Amino acid sequence: MKGIKDRVAIVGMGCTQFGELWDKNHRDLVVDACYEAFEDAGIEPKDIQMAWYGSRETGFTGTQLASALKLEYIPVSRVENFCAGGTDTFRNACYAVASGVCDIALAVGVEKCKDHSGGFNLDILEPFDRSMVEWDLPPASQFAQLATRYMYHYGWKYEELKRIFAMIDVKNHHNGTMSPNAQFRREITVEQAMNAPIISHPLGLLDACGVSDGSAAAIVTTPEIAKSMRKDYILVKAIALTNGAGQAILQPEYDFIHFPETVAAARNAYKEAEITNPRQEIDCAEVHDCFAITELITYEDLGFSPRGKGPEDVEAGSFTLTGNLPVNSDGGLKCFGHPLSASGLRMIYEIYHQLQGKAGPRQLKKVDIGLTHNIGGICGFFNCTVAVFGKP
Amino acid sequence: MVGITSYGAYVPLYRLSREAIAKGARGERAICSFDEDSITMAVAAANDCLNGIDRGTVDGLYLATTTSPYKEKLGATTVAMGVDLRQDIITADFAHSLRAGTAALRSAIDAVKAGSAKRVMVAAADCRLGTPGSALEQNFGDGAGALLIGDSDVAVTVEASYSVYSEILDVWRADDDTFVRSWEDRFAATRGYLEVVREAVSGLMKKFGFSPSDFAKVVFYTPNARRGMDLARSLGFDVKTQLQPSLFDVLGNTGTAFPLMLLVAALEEAKAGDRILLASYGNGSDAFVLQVTEQIEKIRGRRGMKEHLASKKVVDDYKQYLIWRGLLPVEPRKETVSFLSAPAAWRERDANIRLHGVKCKACGTVQYPPQRVCTKCHAKDQFEPYRLSDKKASIFTFAMDYITFPLLDQPVVTTTIDFEGGGRMQCYMTDREPEQVRCGLPVEMSFRKLPMKDGIHNYFWKSIPVRT
Repeated sequence: MKGIKDRVAIVGMGCTQFGELWDKNHRDLVVDACYEAFEDAGIEPKDIQMAWYGSRETGFTGTQLASALKLEYIPVSRVENFCAGGTDTFRNACYAVASGVCDIALAVGVEKCKDHSGGFNLDILEPFDRSMVEWDLPPASQFAQLATRYMYHYGWKYEELKRIFAMIDVKNHHNGTMSPNAQFRREITVEQAMNAPIISHPLGLLDACGVSDGSAAAIVTTPEIAKSMRKDYILVKAIALTNGAGQAILQPEYDFIHFPETVAAARNAYKEAEITNPRQEIDCAEVHDCFAITELITYEDLGFSPRGKGPEDVEAGSFTLTGNLPVNSDGGLKCFGHPLSASGLRMIYEIYHQLQGKAGPRQLKKVDIGLTHNIGGICGFFNCTVAVFGKP
Repeated sequence: MVGITSYGAYVPLYRLSREAIAKGARGERAICSFDEDSITMAVAAANDCLNGIDRGTVDGLYLATTTSPYKEKLGATTVAMGVDLRQDIITADFAHSLRAGTAALRSAIDAVKAGSAKRVMVAAADCRLGTPGSALEQNFGDGAGALLIGDSDVAVTVEASYSVYSEILDVWRADDDTFVRSWEDRFAATRGYLEVVREAVSGLMKKFGFSPSDFAKVVFYTPNARRGMDLARSLGFDVKTQLQPSLFDVLGNTGTAFPLMLLVAALEEAKAGDRILLASYGNGSDAFVLQVTEQIEKIRGRRGMKEHLASKKVVDDYKQYLIWRGLLPVEPRKETVSFLSAPAAWRERDANIRLHGVKCKACGTVQYPPQRVCTKCHAKDQFEPYRLSDKKASIFTFAMDYITFPLLDQPVVTTTIDFEGGGRMQCYMTDREPEQVRCGLPVEMSFRKLPMKDGIHNYFWKSIPVRT
């Protein structure tokens, strides 16, 4: 079995402003993200041979993308994989290039969450069908259940774990002040985060990411073609996707202090990228910080921190811009909000620029290997992507 | 020999202080929570009644209520499924009168006597609405009672029965009324209740040769705290020693369920040999002569009236009651789920209403909801049904949402629970105080109503702290 490592290159990327974009529809966002990517790659829309369109809320087949860009009679597939949809869209485009069926492929993710009351449609047909007997609440309660158990399992006092969450929130808000495309660009304090109204105990308002509209796009090709297009193309080292099969709610052994989907995706991605010591070998990461608890547990699931020791690394500042493994250097979901299928590509956009040395005021010193991570869904049924990128 | 082989009752956890309705009003009345109705209370009472009894032996379920959630659609079937009874049984709703509870009881007795069924469950429940602030609203209470009628292991024999009917408008509710109406008490009492029940009871005693001193206890439905005593006195019973107390100060008039619930309260104190007279009222009266047997001691392990009444939380915010009953509009939540499918609800009826999980015949793993392929050993279609509604559980983890239902249910507690004997489930938690919710808290399952959608009352199970 051949992996994806060094077989696909990113030659162009685009990303719109994320936020409450009342005056733009999903087609406007797709045009803005893709034309930035075309310009970055130095190609025309007609050069695209295959395309993948990721959208949960605004999706209606691949024709949505074809019609917005006037892609004429080329294959366009719609991808929907909840919060991992953006990276999965990218994965499909990469696999097409790696298989040799096309030379240049486009991956786009977009959502107009703010057109939907409540952010997005919560028709999740797991574990029940349309009898709709499962709880019908915003996502916070899913992740709050992990926060509750994490606190109980490790014997954390409420205020102490809330302070760890707050430090993660403060870090991401600080990074976001340097991201022109972010929804929120202001500093917050630990006290503000700890005292914010509770949305779902134990998570407060500032432990949660925002809801926003946005789009991001990537153009991928073979390393050979990429060489002819630009010097600073970026290589895909690994892309892993995992889906839960309901284990967390079907098997009482599941402990609610880790995401088995992330652990499996990370294992597969590290194998593909030939990474043996992620903490040492990865220089920066964009992880799925939909809630502070998700980012905290993800440190442990990705092998950045030993199990149960994520809070120690938070206190040591390991994941800040000046730490030894900066996480969410652009401010993460916390500052960009989370237009589901766009988020994964927005993360890749940041890693792409960090690897190229073009991340502006938040540019990190040494970046040879970067990682992105998405997880979404409900307990037992999460889907997760872990992708690894590097320089040629 | 035909009679009562088991009894059960249900009183909601919440009581509304009558002082909250009207200054100076005495006592408290039982009120359903926002997610309860007559169906859910009937399930709870019937489950109490079935404690330790093989559900496969029940041949019928009669539901008696004037407050069915549907005008057209049987309620008895939901209750029968909720208590996980067989599919090949008699089901019927008895409705439209506060006498429906004893009408169902009498029909069950007749069915068993006639040999068309061996065991029939009678469940009566009511959650009636009085106009806000009215005397009727103070008077009413919510609750349910259940009696299992059979021809073996009889704990209370039915020796005689007698019925009269009466065409009168004393208490009524038209088909488009929300609130119960009544004519003035003087008329309702003298020409209605007192006259009609007296006629039934005296008719019964005369026909079968009983006199007041033959009874250890008399159990009378009563429209208020006073009239039942007036009735007992006028029939020659001693109020102090013979009349079952009406529980008005702690329960209220539970309508159709009231005579059954008062009978359960009497049976909790009764001893073998006691003769009990039971009489209902509602456009007539059904009267029964009952006698307690030695078997009564074998069915004591029920929460019944005593334990349910003792376990309570008093609500002193009248606004809360009005919101729970839908009488005070609150801003609806933003819709996030698009529609509910009747075919899907039908396909999932065993999982959702019976609370059946599955147990893998290959590896023994209990799983909820039911699966086709085992989560552990991956065996395909090797499952047997496994009832979870009667299993104890404990909270593994939880969350408390403070944004979704601000005035109705705040915080909304969601739980992941692990059942004793295997199986895990994620569900809402209800009847809880936020301070008491913790990892490890023992819980039990309670049948409840989810928010109504598209004209469909959607029922499902929630966890509650073990009711003690």
